[in-house]
Amino acid sequence: MMIAALICVLSLATCLQFFVLYCRSILASTRKIELSSRVREVAGIASQTVGADDFQRLLQLVRLCPERADDQAEIRAVGTYYGLLYFVGLLMRPLIPSVAAWVEQERKSCSYFAAVALDRRISYSRDLFSQQIADRL
Amino acid sequence: MLGPFDYALWSIGFLVEIGVVVCAVHRKALRRYLPLLFYMLCDAFVTLGLYYCLRNFGFNSPTYFYYYYYTESVLTILMFWVIITFYLQVFEEMGVSRQIQAAAVLLLAGTALFSYAVVHQNRSHLTSRFVVELNQNLYFVGVVLTYLLWGAILKLRETRTRLIQLVLALGVYFSATAGTYALRNLFPGLQPFVLRWVPPLVGLWLPLAWGYTFAKVPEDARLATARLAVKTR
Repeated sequence: MMIAALICVLSLATCLQFFVLYCRSILASTRKIELSSRVREVAGIASQTVGADDFQRLLQLVRLCPERADDQAEIRAVGTYYGLLYFVGLLMRPLIPSVAAWVEQERKSCSYFAAVALDRRISYSRDLFSQQIADRL
Repeated sequence: MLGPFDYALWSIGFLVEIGVVVCAVHRKALRRYLPLLFYMLCDAFVTLGLYYCLRNFGFNSPTYFYYYYYTESVLTILMFWVIITFYLQVFEEMGVSRQIQAAAVLLLAGTALFSYAVVHQNRSHLTSRFVVELNQNLYFVGVVLTYLLWGAILKLRETRTRLIQLVLALGVYFSATAGTYALRNLFPGLQPFVLRWVPPLVGLWLPLAWGYTFAKVPEDARLATARLAVKTR
């Protein structure tokens, strides 16, 4: 019983750590990508950074665009990570402000990721549209 | 009894596993990740076998029970082979492949012997509780191995994004499965309602994450692991 309890606690803690690292590896791959002026206009992003609370709004815009088969898994994983961060932020804000500040930074990275995903979907939609026009002609 | 959701998970899992193999072959990663792809293929065939057992013997039959848990143990040992190849890739520049291979053979032989000894000793009362405990231990060995591998990746400043993502996805899989088995061991009452859904969902996570990595991350993509470490000021 003791061994099972120990394995349970260690495994769940490790799982959380690996999941956070996995999501950060996905976010890191989009951090260097510049947002196009088109997506800034569509999403109403004025400054260089994207707000932490913009994630859901950006995700709704992403869902309005035609789906790409290859970005579903990463959007879902980052969405779960964002939800996790939201609750951690709520819990930690009054207790440990430094953790809350880190959570805020991570949420901004998630929002930036959503903006990049939106940018890709808009480009994809335009390509589809151009292709359809070309096919008709 | 299994419902439509179980069948849907099975079908999606099977298709995604085959998809990972096709995607990796398409990206010319067959030779480099052969054990991983072999594992994926075996997992897909085990899923087919499970379906066969279910159709011919029923969900509550001993055949289904033994097939499920024994193939699970064999797949876990196969997964150790995958981890060893990740170790070989991380340490390839240090020229210690012989030592790693020797350690791998010892580990595999040790795990197989330990599992055989435990099964042999308990063959008269091979209960579901026993197999749950055996799988919990096997998966926990996987968690420890993956965690050590992650430590080596950080220490050696490994930058290959594909390798990093494959290892992290494996870490999530092993730790979530070991945790679920441990929870089953602690609270058997939770199994019919909550915990029965976790292994198939986690089983789906691994091919999805690996498929994503093969499809989206090129072999030459690089990532500084220092960027992944969680730092709070």
